Amino acid sequence: MSNNQFTRRSLLKTAGGIALVSGISAPAILRAQSADVIRIGHLTPRTGFLGPLGEYAVMAIDLAVEEINASGGMMGKKVELLKEDSVNPQTASTKAERMIERDKVTCIIGEISSASCLTIAQVASRTKTLFINTGGNSDALRGKDCQRYMFHVESQNSMYVKTVGRSFLRDGLVKGKKWYSLTADYAFGHDLLKVSKRFMEANGGNFAGDDLVPTDATDFSAYLLKIREAKPDLVVINLAGNQITNFLKQYAEFGLTFPVGGFGFDTALAWAAGKGNFVGTWPVVWHHLIDTPGTKAFVGAFTKKYNKPPENQAWGDYIATKIVAQAVNELKSAESPKIIEHFEKGAKFDVLKTRQGYFRGSDHQLMHEMYAVTALPADKIKNQWDIFASSPPVPGPNEDLEVIAATKEENSCVFPS
Amino acid sequence: MSAMLLTQQVLNGLLDGVYYLLIALGLSLIFSLGGIVNLAHGAFYAIGAYLTLVLSPYVGFGGSFVAAPVAVALLGMVIERTLFRRFYRADPILSLLMTFGLAMVAEQLLRMIFGAAPLSYSIPPWLRGQVALGSFIYSFYRVVLIGIAATCIAGLWLLLNKTAFGRVVRAGVQNPDMVGALGISLQPYMSAVAALGIGLAGLAGVLLAPIYSIHPAMGQEIITPAFVVVVIGGLGSFWGVVAAALLVGLVKGVMVGIGYSAASTAAIYLLMLLVLLFRPRGLFGERITRFE
Repeated sequence: MSNNQFTRRSLLKTAGGIALVSGISAPAILRAQSADVIRIGHLTPRTGFLGPLGEYAVMAIDLAVEEINASGGMMGKKVELLKEDSVNPQTASTKAERMIERDKVTCIIGEISSASCLTIAQVASRTKTLFINTGGNSDALRGKDCQRYMFHVESQNSMYVKTVGRSFLRDGLVKGKKWYSLTADYAFGHDLLKVSKRFMEANGGNFAGDDLVPTDATDFSAYLLKIREAKPDLVVINLAGNQITNFLKQYAEFGLTFPVGGFGFDTALAWAAGKGNFVGTWPVVWHHLIDTPGTKAFVGAFTKKYNKPPENQAWGDYIATKIVAQAVNELKSAESPKIIEHFEKGAKFDVLKTRQGYFRGSDHQLMHEMYAVTALPADKIKNQWDIFASSPPVPGPNEDLEVIAATKEENSCVFPS
Repeated sequence: MSAMLLTQQVLNGLLDGVYYLLIALGLSLIFSLGGIVNLAHGAFYAIGAYLTLVLSPYVGFGGSFVAAPVAVALLGMVIERTLFRRFYRADPILSLLMTFGLAMVAEQLLRMIFGAAPLSYSIPPWLRGQVALGSFIYSFYRVVLIGIAATCIAGLWLLLNKTAFGRVVRAGVQNPDMVGALGISLQPYMSAVAALGIGLAGLAGVLLAPIYSIHPAMGQEIITPAFVVVVIGGLGSFWGVVAAALLVGLVKGVMVGIGYSAASTAAIYLLMLLVLLFRPRGLFGERITRFE
């Protein structure tokens, strides 16, 4: 059916084109391994349904490296950042391998997808290189899949559930109440559903309904009709990425008024849902309205550079980079085993909150304060960013930071030797 | 589950299918006439949504509803004149590659201009609220949306079947060489059809912007189900595509309704497989000699 034939001329043109394109990428291979820079590899999804969050991660790590270099770099050396789109677990692992083996990065920072965290962690362990997870929540990464070379700045699902769970308990939405949950149908959602069911059982509530939602679903009308029929006391959202925005917009569209809460959340998704559509109470690892000097400085610098405030994913990548820089400068060494030993000993770091944070030795989870945010009513909203009110830090000032984290019985980690 | 809720799910499913229809009809038209598998069709839907966002502060939602689809249609005409035109007689795989590239370029441009973060846009106040159809309470906005979509579909059918323009287009689908031999140049018709099909995708973008998340990859999200609708419906069949869209919406809605929501997307592909096994040309697919 095709009537076009390859002529010798077109063949030459194609070959020439290919040679030209590969020539453009050649310098990367020849990049000099100079001794006076320290390289950091950054991998995070920049396309796909987590891409919107990945963009904040990239903006934040650029800012962090800029600030580190302005104040003398690491051990007096300039920090050079290599950034790539991690795309999916397979690609993430290939790119991590290339960054470590070819570009000799000191460590890898980033990620949002729990599945990609797992494959990067395997590469990190094999090559004995530090990997700091800034966005993968699943408990399994801190439990059965834990690795000695992987640390977590992002909170685990248990911490999210226990943080916002306190708000639900306070508001009388748990004991003897019916919940209706919608869960993203992939590793993160399943893990979160398991943890939220555990919380529900421990506190005497039950489920009126429980639907798994395919990750490519954009229309929630069928679920909304079911929710309206079930009349739950609380609608619980274990969704991810753009799903949350779509759900919130359509929940408002259908005029449902049952209280809404979620166990997983990102500020950017609330901003995208917008004033009037954003409802409910949600847990966050950090937000731009925290009243500490560290947060004020970060929000100020970020807003000045990008004309919008940072969201929680930005905090993760920013703080992870700052932690590495501080550790390297204190140790006067950029060797992963030494940094890991330092972290495991319980070194404390400023994480822009009221209390300092530290990595728990048993599972490498950062112990730090979290927050529950509640949507403000439309008439109290002054601008498109400040659309929620925050709880005080959880745990409170007199509590151990570890009370919200998973216990050994709930999630145990044995590092493979 | 009550019979009442099942009825609601069936109705809602049928209505849900209508959204795919605006995208799928344009895809089917452009493929039937030019043989171009337009993988960039979703990108025009995304552009329609972003234009709504940009234009609304100046002309309101009502103004965007008119201006955005027209702008997208004009863009479609430019793309047809500069790109599609070169591929009508070429191997379909080449146009597939070209539109695939075009989709990526468009998505990345949206990302560069507007950022990767989703942007907020709400239903205008005058279109909010609920309507009760008996005991079936439904979003007023969706009732309006379906009314608009149904009007477009009826208008398109009349245009294709009751006008001189439609006669030439239908003849062109069956036998472009014969149309040429009769002294009619198909080129302006091709442009018009591309503008029409792409304009419909832009319109879908305007209509769905208030209820779906607006982000650069939103075109990708809708293109796959829209293709499934075209394949199930059958090439060149107007009513086939309409029936397939309703069927896809119905299957998806009922799967959620009866508690198998996790399989709701998979069910659509299973439906496509079954239809293709028994009717390789789709439900009402016509025999188009040059594609056999």
